[in-house]
Amino acid sequence: MTERTAMLHGDTVYRIHWKLGTDVLAGVCFCGAEHESEDPVELWEWLLAHPDGHDDGPPVPAGDPVLAGAGRPR
Amino acid sequence: MTAFVRDQWYVAAYGSEVARDLLARTILSEPIVFYRTETGEVVALADRCVHRRYPLSESRLDGDRIVCGYHGFTYEPSGACVSVPGQARIPRTARVPSYPVVEQDSFVWVWIGDPRRADTALIPRAPWLADPGYTVVCGMEPLAARYDLLVDNLMDLSHETYLHGGYIGTPEVASTPITTEVDEDRRIIYVSRHMDDAACPPFYARSTGIEGRITRWQDIEYHPPCLYLLHSRIAPAGVLPNGDGSDPGGFHVEVVYAITPETEHSTHDFWAVARDFALGDPEVSDFLAQSNRTVVLQDVEALDILEKVVQAEPEGYQELSVNIDTGGLAARRILKKMAQAGEPEKAAAR
Repeated sequence: MTERTAMLHGDTVYRIHWKLGTDVLAGVCFCGAEHESEDPVELWEWLLAHPDGHDDGPPVPAGDPVLAGAGRPR
Repeated sequence: MTAFVRDQWYVAAYGSEVARDLLARTILSEPIVFYRTETGEVVALADRCVHRRYPLSESRLDGDRIVCGYHGFTYEPSGACVSVPGQARIPRTARVPSYPVVEQDSFVWVWIGDPRRADTALIPRAPWLADPGYTVVCGMEPLAARYDLLVDNLMDLSHETYLHGGYIGTPEVASTPITTEVDEDRRIIYVSRHMDDAACPPFYARSTGIEGRITRWQDIEYHPPCLYLLHSRIAPAGVLPNGDGSDPGGFHVEVVYAITPETEHSTHDFWAVARDFALGDPEVSDFLAQSNRTVVLQDVEALDILEKVVQAEPEGYQELSVNIDTGGLAARRILKKMAQAGEPEKAAAR
Protein backbone atom coordinates (compact mmCIF):
# COMPACT_ATOMS: atom_id res chain seq x y z
CA MET A 1 0.00 0.00 0.00
CA THR A 2 1.33 3.45 -0.92
CA GLU A 3 1.92 5.61 2.14
CA ARG A 4 -0.62 8.40 2.35
CA THR A 5 0.70 11.88 1.78
CA ALA A 6 0.23 14.46 4.55
CA MET A 7 1.88 17.83 3.94
CA LEU A 8 -0.23 20.02 6.24
CA HIS A 9 -0.09 19.42 9.97
CA GLY A 10 -2.64 21.77 11.58
CA ASP A 11 -5.34 20.66 14.01
CA THR A 12 -8.20 20.92 11.52
CA VAL A 13 -6.92 19.42 8.28
CA TYR A 14 -9.32 17.59 5.97
CA ARG A 15 -7.73 15.21 3.46
CA ILE A 16 -8.92 13.54 0.31
CA HIS A 17 -6.72 10.82 -1.20
CA TRP A 18 -7.40 9.70 -4.73
CA LYS A 19 -6.85 5.95 -4.63
CA LEU A 20 -4.37 5.05 -7.33
CA GLY A 21 -5.74 3.16 -10.28
CA THR A 22 -9.37 3.66 -9.22
CA ASP A 23 -12.05 6.35 -9.35
CA VAL A 24 -12.38 6.20 -5.58
CA LEU A 25 -11.65 9.18 -3.33
CA ALA A 26 -10.97 8.50 0.34
CA GLY A 27 -11.85 11.35 2.69
CA VAL A 28 -10.13 11.57 6.06
CA CYS A 29 -11.46 13.99 8.67
CA PHE A 30 -9.19 15.56 11.30
CA CYS A 31 -11.15 13.51 13.85
CA GLY A 32 -9.93 10.33 12.17
CA ALA A 33 -13.22 9.31 10.54
CA GLU A 34 -12.99 8.09 6.94
CA HIS A 35 -15.43 7.86 4.09
CA GLU A 36 -15.09 6.82 0.44
CA SER A 37 -16.89 8.23 -2.56
CA GLU A 38 -16.57 8.63 -6.32
CA ASP A 39 -18.05 12.13 -6.13
CA PRO A 40 -15.86 14.93 -4.75
CA VAL A 41 -18.89 17.15 -4.07
CA GLU A 42 -20.52 14.46 -1.93
CA LEU A 43 -17.21 13.74 -0.18
CA TRP A 44 -16.57 17.39 0.75
CA GLU A 45 -20.12 17.58 2.11
CA TRP A 46 -19.44 14.54 4.27
CA LEU A 47 -16.12 15.93 5.54
CA LEU A 48 -17.50 19.38 6.31
CA ALA A 49 -20.49 17.93 8.13
CA HIS A 50 -18.12 16.98 10.98
CA PRO A 51 -19.09 15.75 13.53
CA ASP A 52 -22.31 14.54 11.89
CA GLY A 53 -21.80 11.03 10.57
CA HIS A 54 -18.20 10.88 11.82
CA ASP A 55 -18.90 8.84 14.95
CA ASP A 56 -17.41 5.56 13.80
CA GLY A 57 -13.79 6.69 13.94
CA PRO A 58 -11.13 5.39 11.61
CA PRO A 59 -11.71 1.98 10.10
CA VAL A 60 -9.21 -0.75 10.87
CA PRO A 61 -6.86 -0.85 7.89
CA ALA A 62 -7.40 -4.00 5.90
CA GLY A 63 -4.59 -6.00 4.37
CA ASP A 64 -1.75 -4.43 6.36
CA PRO A 65 0.71 -7.00 7.65
CA VAL A 66 0.14 -7.78 11.31
CA LEU A 67 2.68 -9.76 13.26
CA ALA A 68 1.42 -13.07 14.56
CA GLY A 69 0.37 -12.61 18.13
CA ALA A 70 0.24 -8.79 17.88
CA GLY A 71 -2.93 -7.11 19.04
CA ARG A 72 -5.16 -5.36 16.55
CA PRO A 73 -4.12 -1.78 15.95
CA ARG A 74 -6.23 0.59 18.04
CA MET B 1 -19.11 34.55 -9.88
CA THR B 2 -17.55 34.31 -6.46
CA ALA B 3 -17.88 37.72 -4.83
CA PHE B 4 -14.76 39.76 -4.13
CA VAL B 5 -13.03 38.95 -0.87
CA ARG B 6 -12.41 42.23 0.94
CA ASP B 7 -10.32 42.93 4.03
CA GLN B 8 -7.40 41.11 2.42
CA TRP B 9 -3.93 41.84 1.10
CA TYR B 10 -3.50 41.70 -2.68
CA VAL B 11 -0.47 41.95 -4.91
CA ALA B 12 -0.76 45.27 -6.69
CA ALA B 13 2.54 45.31 -8.56
CA TYR B 14 6.12 44.18 -8.58
CA GLY B 15 8.25 46.54 -6.51
CA SER B 16 10.23 47.23 -9.67
CA GLU B 17 7.13 48.68 -11.37
CA VAL B 18 6.63 51.41 -8.79
CA ALA B 19 8.99 54.35 -9.22
CA ARG B 20 9.06 58.16 -9.26
CA ASP B 21 6.20 58.32 -11.71
CA LEU B 22 2.51 57.56 -11.32
CA LEU B 23 1.25 54.02 -11.86
CA ALA B 24 -2.50 53.46 -12.26
CA ARG B 25 -3.89 50.06 -11.32
CA THR B 26 -7.45 49.00 -10.56
CA ILE B 27 -7.83 46.39 -7.83
CA LEU B 28 -11.19 44.92 -6.82
CA SER B 29 -12.74 47.65 -8.95
CA GLU B 30 -10.99 50.37 -6.92
CA PRO B 31 -8.81 52.66 -9.06
CA ILE B 32 -5.54 53.27 -7.23
CA VAL B 33 -2.45 55.34 -8.05
CA PHE B 34 0.95 54.14 -6.86
CA TYR B 35 4.28 55.97 -6.62
CA ARG B 36 7.43 56.19 -4.53
CA THR B 37 8.37 59.09 -2.30
CA GLU B 38 11.82 60.63 -2.58
CA THR B 39 12.95 58.32 0.24
CA GLY B 40 11.63 55.26 -1.61
CA GLU B 41 8.43 54.55 0.34
CA VAL B 42 5.54 53.20 -1.74
CA VAL B 43 2.36 55.30 -1.60
CA ALA B 44 -1.11 54.11 -2.71
CA LEU B 45 -3.95 56.62 -3.02
CA ALA B 46 -7.43 56.51 -4.51
CA ASP B 47 -6.93 57.50 -8.15
CA ARG B 48 -9.65 60.16 -8.25
CA CYS B 49 -9.28 63.80 -7.33
CA VAL B 50 -11.85 64.66 -4.67
CA HIS B 51 -12.89 67.71 -6.70
CA ARG B 52 -14.05 66.47 -10.12
CA ARG B 53 -12.75 62.88 -10.06
CA TYR B 54 -9.90 63.48 -12.49
CA PRO B 55 -7.46 60.52 -12.30
CA LEU B 56 -4.48 61.48 -10.17
CA SER B 57 -2.46 58.99 -12.21
CA GLU B 58 -2.85 61.41 -15.17
CA SER B 59 -1.31 64.16 -13.07
CA ARG B 60 2.24 64.90 -11.92
CA LEU B 61 4.47 64.58 -8.89
CA ASP B 62 5.90 67.64 -7.16
CA GLY B 63 8.37 66.18 -4.69
CA ASP B 64 6.27 63.71 -2.71
CA ARG B 65 2.98 65.42 -3.57
CA ILE B 66 0.58 64.76 -6.43
CA VAL B 67 -0.67 67.87 -8.21
CA CYS B 68 -3.96 67.11 -9.98
CA GLY B 69 -3.61 67.54 -13.74
CA TYR B 70 -7.02 69.21 -14.05
CA HIS B 71 -7.28 72.04 -11.45
CA GLY B 72 -4.15 71.64 -9.33
CA PHE B 73 -5.54 70.18 -6.11
CA THR B 74 -2.41 68.99 -4.32
CA TYR B 75 -2.21 65.87 -2.15
CA GLU B 76 0.25 64.64 0.47
CA PRO B 77 1.27 60.94 0.56
CA SER B 78 -1.29 60.60 3.39
CA GLY B 79 -4.05 61.60 0.97
CA ALA B 80 -4.62 64.97 2.68
CA CYS B 81 -5.17 67.88 0.33
CA VAL B 82 -2.75 70.71 1.11
CA SER B 83 -3.55 73.13 -1.69
CA VAL B 84 -6.75 74.19 -3.42
CA PRO B 85 -6.52 76.53 -6.42
CA GLY B 86 -7.56 80.13 -5.95
CA GLN B 87 -8.42 80.01 -2.26
CA ALA B 88 -6.73 79.77 1.11
CA ARG B 89 -9.34 77.59 2.83
CA ILE B 90 -8.96 73.85 2.39
CA PRO B 91 -12.30 72.11 2.88
CA ARG B 92 -12.32 69.61 5.74
CA THR B 93 -13.32 66.78 3.39
CA ALA B 94 -10.56 67.50 0.88
CA ARG B 95 -8.74 64.21 1.17
CA VAL B 96 -8.44 61.05 -0.92
CA PRO B 97 -8.35 57.64 0.77
CA SER B 98 -4.90 56.14 1.22
CA TYR B 99 -4.30 52.39 1.17
CA PRO B 100 -2.03 50.38 3.48
CA VAL B 101 0.90 49.03 1.43
CA VAL B 102 3.77 46.68 2.21
CA GLU B 103 6.72 45.67 0.06
CA GLN B 104 7.57 42.04 0.62
CA ASP B 105 9.07 39.21 -1.44
CA SER B 106 9.48 41.54 -4.47
CA PHE B 107 5.77 42.40 -4.51
CA VAL B 108 3.86 45.52 -3.49
CA TRP B 109 0.93 44.30 -1.40
CA VAL B 110 -2.09 46.55 -0.90
CA TRP B 111 -4.87 46.11 1.66
CA ILE B 112 -8.35 46.31 0.18
CA GLY B 113 -10.95 46.85 2.86
CA ASP B 114 -11.13 48.51 6.25
CA PRO B 115 -7.64 49.97 6.86
CA ARG B 116 -8.03 49.47 10.62
CA ARG B 117 -7.96 45.72 10.03
CA ALA B 118 -4.79 45.69 7.92
CA ASP B 119 -2.50 43.32 9.82
CA THR B 120 0.80 42.87 7.98
CA ALA B 121 1.29 39.50 9.68
CA LEU B 122 -1.52 38.16 7.48
CA ILE B 123 0.45 38.60 4.24
CA PRO B 124 1.37 35.16 2.87
CA ARG B 125 5.02 34.67 1.97
CA ALA B 126 6.87 33.83 -1.25
CA PRO B 127 10.41 34.27 0.09
CA TRP B 128 12.21 32.72 -2.90
CA LEU B 129 11.42 35.78 -5.02
CA ALA B 130 13.77 37.94 -2.96
CA ASP B 131 16.28 35.28 -1.92
CA PRO B 132 19.82 35.54 -3.37
CA GLY B 133 19.92 31.73 -3.33
CA TYR B 134 17.36 31.71 -6.14
CA THR B 135 17.25 33.06 -9.69
CA VAL B 136 13.85 34.50 -10.65
CA VAL B 137 12.05 35.20 -13.91
CA CYS B 138 8.64 36.85 -13.78
CA GLY B 139 5.89 38.70 -15.60
CA MET B 140 2.27 39.79 -15.48
CA GLU B 141 -0.41 39.16 -18.06
CA PRO B 142 -3.78 40.89 -18.19
CA LEU B 143 -6.63 38.39 -18.10
CA ALA B 144 -10.08 39.34 -19.42
CA ALA B 145 -11.77 36.87 -17.12
CA ARG B 146 -13.02 36.81 -13.54
CA TYR B 147 -10.48 35.72 -10.96
CA ASP B 148 -12.27 32.55 -9.89
CA LEU B 149 -11.79 31.07 -13.37
CA LEU B 150 -8.04 31.44 -12.89
CA VAL B 151 -8.27 29.84 -9.44
CA ASP B 152 -10.15 26.87 -10.94
CA ASN B 153 -7.51 26.62 -13.67
CA LEU B 154 -4.51 26.66 -11.35
CA MET B 155 -5.95 24.28 -8.77
CA ASP B 156 -6.18 21.46 -11.29
CA LEU B 157 -2.91 20.55 -12.97
CA SER B 158 -4.45 17.78 -15.04
CA HIS B 159 -5.48 20.30 -17.70
CA GLU B 160 -1.83 20.69 -18.59
CA THR B 161 -1.93 17.52 -20.68
CA TYR B 162 -4.60 19.04 -22.92
CA LEU B 163 -4.14 22.79 -22.85
CA HIS B 164 -0.36 22.75 -22.48
CA GLY B 165 0.52 19.55 -24.29
CA GLY B 166 4.22 19.41 -25.02
CA TYR B 167 5.12 22.10 -22.48
CA ILE B 168 4.59 20.84 -18.94
CA GLY B 169 2.66 17.58 -19.21
CA THR B 170 4.45 14.41 -18.17
CA PRO B 171 3.48 10.81 -18.88
CA GLU B 172 3.72 9.70 -15.22
CA VAL B 173 0.93 12.02 -14.16
CA ALA B 174 -1.81 9.51 -14.88
CA SER B 175 -0.28 6.96 -12.54
CA THR B 176 0.38 9.32 -9.65
CA PRO B 177 -1.82 9.49 -6.59
CA ILE B 178 -3.11 12.94 -5.70
CA THR B 179 -3.85 14.13 -2.19
CA THR B 180 -5.88 17.26 -1.47
CA GLU B 181 -5.67 18.82 1.98
CA VAL B 182 -7.48 21.77 3.51
CA ASP B 183 -6.32 23.45 6.69
CA GLU B 184 -9.58 25.02 7.74
CA ASP B 185 -8.14 27.30 10.44
CA ARG B 186 -5.17 28.62 8.47
CA ARG B 187 -7.11 28.68 5.19
CA ILE B 188 -4.62 26.79 3.08
CA ILE B 189 -5.45 24.40 0.28
CA TYR B 190 -2.71 21.95 -0.62
CA VAL B 191 -2.71 19.51 -3.52
CA SER B 192 0.17 17.04 -3.72
CA ARG B 193 1.27 14.95 -6.63
CA HIS B 194 4.35 12.94 -5.69
CA MET B 195 5.90 10.87 -8.45
CA ASP B 196 8.35 8.41 -6.94
CA ASP B 197 9.92 7.17 -10.14
CA ALA B 198 9.71 9.37 -13.20
CA ALA B 199 11.76 10.02 -16.30
CA CYS B 200 13.86 13.17 -16.03
CA PRO B 201 12.77 15.73 -18.65
CA PRO B 202 15.77 16.71 -20.82
CA PHE B 203 15.65 20.32 -19.59
CA TYR B 204 16.09 19.25 -15.97
CA ALA B 205 18.76 16.70 -16.83
CA ARG B 206 20.75 19.45 -18.57
CA SER B 207 20.28 22.14 -15.96
CA THR B 208 20.70 20.06 -12.79
CA GLY B 209 23.11 17.37 -13.93
CA ILE B 210 20.85 14.59 -12.64
CA GLU B 211 21.26 11.35 -14.54
CA GLY B 212 18.66 8.61 -14.55
CA ARG B 213 15.23 8.38 -12.97
CA ILE B 214 13.94 11.03 -10.61
CA THR B 215 11.56 11.63 -7.74
CA ARG B 216 9.30 14.46 -8.88
CA TRP B 217 6.90 16.35 -6.60
CA GLN B 218 4.42 18.97 -7.62
CA ASP B 219 2.69 20.52 -4.64
CA ILE B 220 0.12 23.30 -4.93
CA GLU B 221 -0.21 25.55 -1.89
CA TYR B 222 -2.96 28.11 -2.27
CA HIS B 223 -3.45 30.91 0.22
CA PRO B 224 -6.77 32.38 -0.85
CA PRO B 225 -7.61 34.75 -2.22
CA CYS B 226 -4.39 36.02 -3.81
CA LEU B 227 -1.29 33.87 -3.45
CA TYR B 228 -0.79 30.56 -5.25
CA LEU B 229 2.43 28.59 -4.94
CA LEU B 230 3.48 25.55 -6.95
CA HIS B 231 6.41 23.83 -5.27
CA SER B 232 8.14 21.71 -7.87
CA ARG B 233 10.87 19.46 -6.56
CA ILE B 234 13.06 17.01 -8.43
CA ALA B 235 15.76 14.76 -7.01
CA PRO B 236 17.46 11.53 -7.95
CA ALA B 237 14.94 8.70 -7.43
CA GLY B 238 14.64 7.84 -3.75
CA VAL B 239 16.21 11.05 -2.41
CA LEU B 240 13.73 12.70 -0.02
CA PRO B 241 13.82 15.85 2.13
CA ASN B 242 15.17 15.55 5.66
CA GLY B 243 12.83 15.31 8.61
CA ASP B 244 13.55 18.93 9.57
CA GLY B 245 12.41 20.16 6.15
CA SER B 246 15.90 20.81 4.77
CA ASP B 247 16.42 19.34 1.35
CA PRO B 248 20.02 19.50 0.17
CA GLY B 249 19.51 16.65 -2.31
CA GLY B 250 16.61 18.28 -4.12
CA PHE B 251 16.36 20.86 -6.90
CA HIS B 252 13.50 23.30 -6.52
CA VAL B 253 11.41 25.39 -8.83
CA GLU B 254 8.98 27.62 -7.00
CA VAL B 255 6.23 28.88 -9.30
CA VAL B 256 4.34 31.79 -7.77
CA TYR B 257 1.10 33.28 -9.02
CA ALA B 258 -0.62 36.30 -7.55
CA ILE B 259 -4.28 36.34 -8.54
CA THR B 260 -5.51 39.89 -8.15
CA PRO B 261 -9.02 40.77 -9.33
CA GLU B 262 -9.04 43.95 -11.39
CA THR B 263 -12.79 44.18 -12.02
CA GLU B 264 -15.59 41.64 -11.82
CA HIS B 265 -14.56 40.44 -15.27
CA SER B 266 -10.80 40.92 -15.38
CA THR B 267 -7.74 39.86 -13.40
CA HIS B 268 -4.08 40.74 -12.98
CA ASP B 269 -2.24 37.45 -13.53
CA PHE B 270 1.20 37.85 -11.91
CA TRP B 271 3.57 34.92 -12.38
CA ALA B 272 7.11 34.23 -11.25
CA VAL B 273 9.44 31.24 -11.42
CA ALA B 274 12.29 30.92 -8.90
CA ARG B 275 14.90 28.17 -8.98
CA ASP B 276 17.78 27.14 -6.74
CA PHE B 277 19.99 25.59 -9.44
CA ALA B 278 21.78 26.86 -12.54
CA LEU B 279 21.83 30.21 -10.76
CA GLY B 280 22.23 33.14 -13.12
CA ASP B 281 22.46 30.87 -16.17
CA PRO B 282 20.83 32.97 -18.92
CA GLU B 283 19.95 29.96 -21.07
CA VAL B 284 18.06 28.32 -18.20
CA SER B 285 16.38 31.63 -17.34
CA ASP B 286 15.28 32.12 -20.94
CA PHE B 287 13.86 28.63 -21.13
CA LEU B 288 11.89 28.96 -17.88
CA ALA B 289 10.65 32.45 -18.74
CA GLN B 290 9.57 31.52 -22.25
CA SER B 291 7.95 28.21 -21.36
CA ASN B 292 6.09 29.62 -18.36
CA ARG B 293 4.91 32.67 -20.26
CA THR B 294 3.71 30.42 -23.07
CA VAL B 295 1.75 28.35 -20.56
CA VAL B 296 0.29 31.49 -18.95
CA LEU B 297 -0.76 32.86 -22.33
CA GLN B 298 -2.40 29.57 -23.27
CA ASP B 299 -4.40 29.77 -20.05
CA VAL B 300 -5.23 33.43 -20.69
CA GLU B 301 -6.56 32.61 -24.16
CA ALA B 302 -8.72 29.78 -22.86
CA LEU B 303 -10.04 31.71 -19.87
CA ASP B 304 -10.83 34.81 -21.97
CA ILE B 305 -13.03 32.54 -24.10
CA LEU B 306 -14.59 30.97 -21.01
CA GLU B 307 -15.39 34.38 -19.51
CA LYS B 308 -17.47 35.27 -22.58
CA VAL B 309 -19.31 31.97 -22.33
CA VAL B 310 -20.02 32.40 -18.62
CA GLN B 311 -21.22 35.99 -19.10
CA ALA B 312 -23.67 34.92 -21.79
CA GLU B 313 -25.27 32.07 -19.87
CA PRO B 314 -28.16 32.34 -17.42
CA GLU B 315 -27.56 32.33 -13.65
CA GLY B 316 -27.34 28.96 -11.96
CA TYR B 317 -25.82 26.90 -14.77
CA GLN B 318 -25.19 23.44 -13.39
CA GLU B 319 -21.58 22.31 -13.89
CA LEU B 320 -20.33 18.77 -13.49
CA SER B 321 -17.46 18.18 -11.06
CA VAL B 322 -15.28 15.08 -11.13
CA ASN B 323 -12.29 13.82 -9.19
CA ILE B 324 -9.79 16.23 -10.76
CA ASP B 325 -11.87 19.08 -9.29
CA THR B 326 -11.33 18.07 -5.66
CA GLY B 327 -8.86 20.91 -5.00
CA GLY B 328 -10.79 23.46 -7.05
CA LEU B 329 -13.98 22.72 -5.13
CA ALA B 330 -12.12 23.25 -1.85
CA ALA B 331 -10.80 26.61 -3.09
CA ARG B 332 -14.24 27.75 -4.25
CA ARG B 333 -15.79 26.92 -0.91
CA ILE B 334 -13.19 28.80 1.11
CA LEU B 335 -13.37 31.83 -1.20
CA LYS B 336 -17.14 31.89 -0.81
CA LYS B 337 -16.84 31.65 2.95
CA MET B 338 -14.27 34.47 3.03
CA ALA B 339 -16.41 36.66 0.77
CA GLN B 340 -19.45 36.12 2.98
CA ALA B 341 -17.42 36.90 6.09
CA GLY B 342 -16.76 40.41 4.77
CA GLU B 343 -20.40 41.14 3.96
CA PRO B 344 -21.87 41.97 7.40
CA GLU B 345 -19.25 44.68 7.94
CA LYS B 346 -19.93 46.11 4.51
CA ALA B 347 -23.66 46.16 5.16
CA ALA B 348 -23.14 47.86 8.53
CA ALA B 349 -20.90 50.50 6.95
CA ARG B 350 -23.55 51.57 4.44
